[in-house]
Amino acid sequence: MELNQLTIHELHELITKREVSSTQIVQSVFKRIETVEKDIHSYVTLMKERAFAAAADADKRIREGDITPMTGIPVALKDVLCTKGIRTTCGSRILHNYIPPYDATVVEKLKAAGAVFTGKVNMDEFAMGSSTETSCFGITRNPWDLKRIPGGSSGGSAAAVAADECIASLGSDTGGSIRQPAALCGVVGMKPTYGRVSRFGLVAFASSLDQIGPFTKDVEDCAIMMNVIAGYDSRDSTSVPLDVPDYTAFLSRGIDGWTVGIPREYFIEGIDPEVMEAMKSTIAVIEGLGAKCVEISLPHTGYCLAVYYIIAPAEASSNLARYDGVKYGFRAGDGRDLLEMYKKTRSAGFGAEVKRRIMIGTYALSSGYYDAYYKKASQVRGLIKGDFEKAFTQCDVILTPTSPTPAFTIGEKMDDPLQMYLSDIFTISANLAGIPGISVPCGFTRRGLPIGAQFLAGHFEEGKLIQMASAYEKNANLEKRRPNL
Amino acid sequence: MEYEPIIGLEVHAQLLTKSKIFCGCSTQFGVEPNSHTCPVCMGMPGVLPVLNKKVVEYTMKMALATHCRINEVCNFARKNYFYPDLPKGYQISQYASPLAEHGYVDIELNGGRKKIGITRIHMEEDAGKLLHDEHTPSSYVDMNRTGVPLIEIVSEPDMRSAEEATAYLKRLHEILVYLEICDGNMEEGSFRCDANVSIRLKGETAFGTRTELKNMNSFRNVQRALEYEIRRQEYLLASGGEVVQETKLWDDAQGATYSMRGKEEAHDYRYFPDPDLVPVVIDGRWIEEVRETLPELPLEKRERFIQEYQIPPYDAGVLTSSRVLADYFEEVAKLSGKPKAASNWIMGEILRFLNEEKRDITSCPILPQSLSELIQLIEDGTISGKMAKDIFEDMYTTGKGPQQIIEEKGLVQITDEEILKKAIEEVLAANPVQAEQYRGGKEKIFGYFVGQVMKVTRGKANPALVNDLLKKMLAGS
Ligand SMILES: [Zn+2]
Repeated sequence: MELNQLTIHELHELITKREVSSTQIVQSVFKRIETVEKDIHSYVTLMKERAFAAAADADKRIREGDITPMTGIPVALKDVLCTKGIRTTCGSRILHNYIPPYDATVVEKLKAAGAVFTGKVNMDEFAMGSSTETSCFGITRNPWDLKRIPGGSSGGSAAAVAADECIASLGSDTGGSIRQPAALCGVVGMKPTYGRVSRFGLVAFASSLDQIGPFTKDVEDCAIMMNVIAGYDSRDSTSVPLDVPDYTAFLSRGIDGWTVGIPREYFIEGIDPEVMEAMKSTIAVIEGLGAKCVEISLPHTGYCLAVYYIIAPAEASSNLARYDGVKYGFRAGDGRDLLEMYKKTRSAGFGAEVKRRIMIGTYALSSGYYDAYYKKASQVRGLIKGDFEKAFTQCDVILTPTSPTPAFTIGEKMDDPLQMYLSDIFTISANLAGIPGISVPCGFTRRGLPIGAQFLAGHFEEGKLIQMASAYEKNANLEKRRPNL
Repeated sequence: MEYEPIIGLEVHAQLLTKSKIFCGCSTQFGVEPNSHTCPVCMGMPGVLPVLNKKVVEYTMKMALATHCRINEVCNFARKNYFYPDLPKGYQISQYASPLAEHGYVDIELNGGRKKIGITRIHMEEDAGKLLHDEHTPSSYVDMNRTGVPLIEIVSEPDMRSAEEATAYLKRLHEILVYLEICDGNMEEGSFRCDANVSIRLKGETAFGTRTELKNMNSFRNVQRALEYEIRRQEYLLASGGEVVQETKLWDDAQGATYSMRGKEEAHDYRYFPDPDLVPVVIDGRWIEEVRETLPELPLEKRERFIQEYQIPPYDAGVLTSSRVLADYFEEVAKLSGKPKAASNWIMGEILRFLNEEKRDITSCPILPQSLSELIQLIEDGTISGKMAKDIFEDMYTTGKGPQQIIEEKGLVQITDEEILKKAIEEVLAANPVQAEQYRGGKEKIFGYFVGQVMKVTRGKANPALVNDLLKKMLAGS
């Protein structure tokens, strides 16, 4: 085994025993990047020099005995997280040259914990997409099948972890952008409760839905990453001042006596039969661990997609107004006056999907339409949240497929936005309700494509998700596979 | 046909908090462009606003001072529009649920009082400033002002003349300055006003089409612009025309209003609740805490002055026109025990001297203590009123106390009867003919003797004593 193939906790053990240095790990990661990056294209910006400097720093700390579970561990960052002095593009031409003057809170926290950043990873433009095909830097490929997409929008984060181009990564999840690519790339991905992780320094797509979360190779690593990034931040008014438990304490606790809700509205036509099969085996594993699986109902599920595609674009249309060519980023230079400069800059700076959502959102907020769209959607959002609140009085966690299908082929859904939107159908509801969700690998299709199971829990119950996912992971006896690159 | 104007005002007041509304940057003016900025107020990607609690408290003060109802929960909303001085492409403001609603202020006109309703008061952030280069086709943006807290005070359409509108505006201004939450500087834009104006036939109940007036940066301009616009609309209607709904700019130099944009070009601001901010919850306890910090307001203070110090309403109005002036008066009134004299000196000499130098009471060289001493010296007869005026001038120019000036110049009034008797004897001896005339019944000549005595004593004689002694001595000898 190469060092880059190991998990955070495995590497941490080696580091603690002084068997490997951070520099060796970083070397191994960059060697891997040099080998496979041409096929996968996870990265938008590599931070090689800084990474080795940070590794040397980490090694110094390690020698001094100043070690946290993240010290010296190479982590990749979705290019939507602001990094001081390092280009942060959101995969968009309009920010292709933007260098933030500050670090996002999560970046600060990981830095303080001793993590080493390998670079910024690819994403759908402004996190709008489910396939990482809309980045102005080109597509990212699924390490398990290079003809397929890695999912999105955090496709670079998922592919980099799956291809061992980093040990862990951060992504952002607005409607499934962590969980769906995690499922499609066969890694663990968690979207925390809205307010659990500070959004300060996360370039906003839809502010009331966005949340940062980790991509890891196993559930234990997920708990380790959560321990670092979770917590109140006075710079984010929507972050919640609640104590953060030690998430690693939930590993190996077992789920004997738990009730797992299986929402009938999520097991519908259109789910790939192999995904359905994997779900059945997942249920069997869970029941074998002493949990009871019960059918529950989330009656407003049918409205999730519609509500999401009003609220998210509405917020996005406002959040993306600042990219006007005046202060930073791309500007089309040949406008005759201000208005023309705006129009040319935004026409050339944004891609088709971003423009589509800005237009939908602008329309939904327009006077005369606000009540029928945005206001109504907000009301229905309340009902969807209510569904979950009621459901969690009957069960500890909810189990659904993460995505209705495994990874689809590149270009397959690019001309059909609706089909593309449907690939988030099982993940969107957690963002609307603000609850946490985790996707864990639960098998492979016969073609060798990973399948993910999604667990959902009540607000601030990330611990339960880790307990559930960890118990499942340990007992599922899934075949250990690596993508063949 | 007689028309009646309907006027409503929207006032924007910059709050005097030390830091901006959603970041820690200083609100101080007159510094290098863009030196008081940070990623948050520059609207950089990924930043988030955090509400400055002081802004809420200042707004609550204004709400309480104008009898508004403070909402238990209020929200921030985004007002979306593109402009280079607006770095986020939206202004954080309040829309559906403002901090306060349903208030009023009293205005006074021709001795009568009128209530002007306040629809709402809400918090918002100011935009930056554009600077245009005259020589090149370039514009620059200064974001020092971006994020400076503002409150918007929206009135009901309750005003029926330009005078009423100006009186209302002055009342708001006075309250804001009294509360020390706004410096009230109209030229520099820390107190700005837009007006909605329409006219209708007297007796009509429906409103006519209104225009919105902007760019009036003094009380005088507000009055002139409103008068102009009312006349313009009257002329239009009277000549069979129609008022068009539009936004108009007041041109001070031309003394006229000009169209800025029509109804069709009106912005659709696409307001929606700002998802980056949580609702502001204000409970009764917080309201009471803020209420306790409220100073006495100008109108209450005026009434108290009239009652407590027995001064005329006009004087009370002048003396309460600013909190510092009122405090100055009260201190002098209390120290001297002579409120009427205090009022006379302040209304007369002090304000005249200050006005001549375009200074205000905060930089008055005469301390309340000194003025009250001066008043006491007159009262106890140490100096005469005439002497006091000269001493006052010296006090104003040198900043010295009255005692010091009197000592330095040897100005103490002569109250020693022996000295005065001697002086009178001298005068009587020098004017035997006149003395004879007086005794013969020509009493008018008495003043002449007083003048002579004052002359002999170089003005220092106590006039009352001189009167007494003269009468006695003329009668006696
Ligand atoms: Zn700032």
